Amino acid sequence: MAYDYEKSIRPGKLPHIWCPGCGHGIVMKGLIRAMDTCGLDRKNTAIVSGIGCASRLPGYLDACTLHTAHGRAAAFATGVKMAKPEMTVICCGGDGDGTAIGGNHFIHACRRNIDMTYVLMNNFIYGMTGGQFSPCTPTGAKASTTPYGNPDPIFDISKLAIGAGATFVARTTAAHPREIDKLIVQGIQHKGMSIIEVLDDCPTTYGRRNKFRSVVDMMKHLKANAVPIKAAAKMTAEQLQGKFLTGVLFHDTEKPEYCAQYAEVIKKAQGA
Amino acid sequence: MSGARLEIIERNCKGCSICVEFCPKNVLEMDVFLVTAPRPEDCIKCMQCELLCPDFAIKVHDE
Repeated sequence: MAYDYEKSIRPGKLPHIWCPGCGHGIVMKGLIRAMDTCGLDRKNTAIVSGIGCASRLPGYLDACTLHTAHGRAAAFATGVKMAKPEMTVICCGGDGDGTAIGGNHFIHACRRNIDMTYVLMNNFIYGMTGGQFSPCTPTGAKASTTPYGNPDPIFDISKLAIGAGATFVARTTAAHPREIDKLIVQGIQHKGMSIIEVLDDCPTTYGRRNKFRSVVDMMKHLKANAVPIKAAAKMTAEQLQGKFLTGVLFHDTEKPEYCAQYAEVIKKAQGA
Repeated sequence: MSGARLEIIERNCKGCSICVEFCPKNVLEMDVFLVTAPRPEDCIKCMQCELLCPDFAIKVHDE
């Protein structure tokens, strides 16, 4: 009945450093369940991250883990996958790490369609560095660097990934824990770049500045505003205002995968 | 429905109260900064508390 998460966590690592109520722990649980469901061999699984709260995640997991430079998770992961194509590569990171500082690496990993799974925890803010606004901070929201409200429009990470060429794009929230592992499993099984965007809560640096009085308020906000993609088809644009679509947003099995393409190049070069 | 044993790992609990709020049967309660389970006999083993606990602090066991 009770799930044995501890077997996948390095001994003595709990309690983790995340704040009370931070959704990253829920995502980590989902990732552990997904890895177990896929039957991944720990010695043959690389989990790569950049810098940030969400990027602390691989440090807790008992697998081959790599904690790299800020925003460069996708670049390092591409290197791992190219050198060892038989490995399962999973990237973890936050919205600031993945789409601002590492935006370039993110879009080019999507463009190449290299076989990896990127779990992007979008908590709408730069949490670890003190609550500066990120490209995903909603317009009008307050952050430590936008005390009068954020004037910038947001990045829609899933649309960005689809536009850049990722072939499996899905979105869920930390308030839907069973959907997290379901989508990560599909992402791992998909041959190509999979982006799993998990909308998360950051009660410490985002919630308290934006009228979410408690952790539970943030979780309820995520739960109330998530609309499954099938239900959204029957809703008007007005009803969808301020909501986020969840589920598998895009899935393409036609586009060639990068490692396979590169193997062809190697074959040609050696055969010539 | 009975037969559930709720294990609370106090060392991991940070008192965010997500489990208390999302429990459909009101089994759990906050004791200042720590969660307690005063009504385990009401538990229907929906696993919401275990799934939503970000701190690996609560487990639902079959008895």
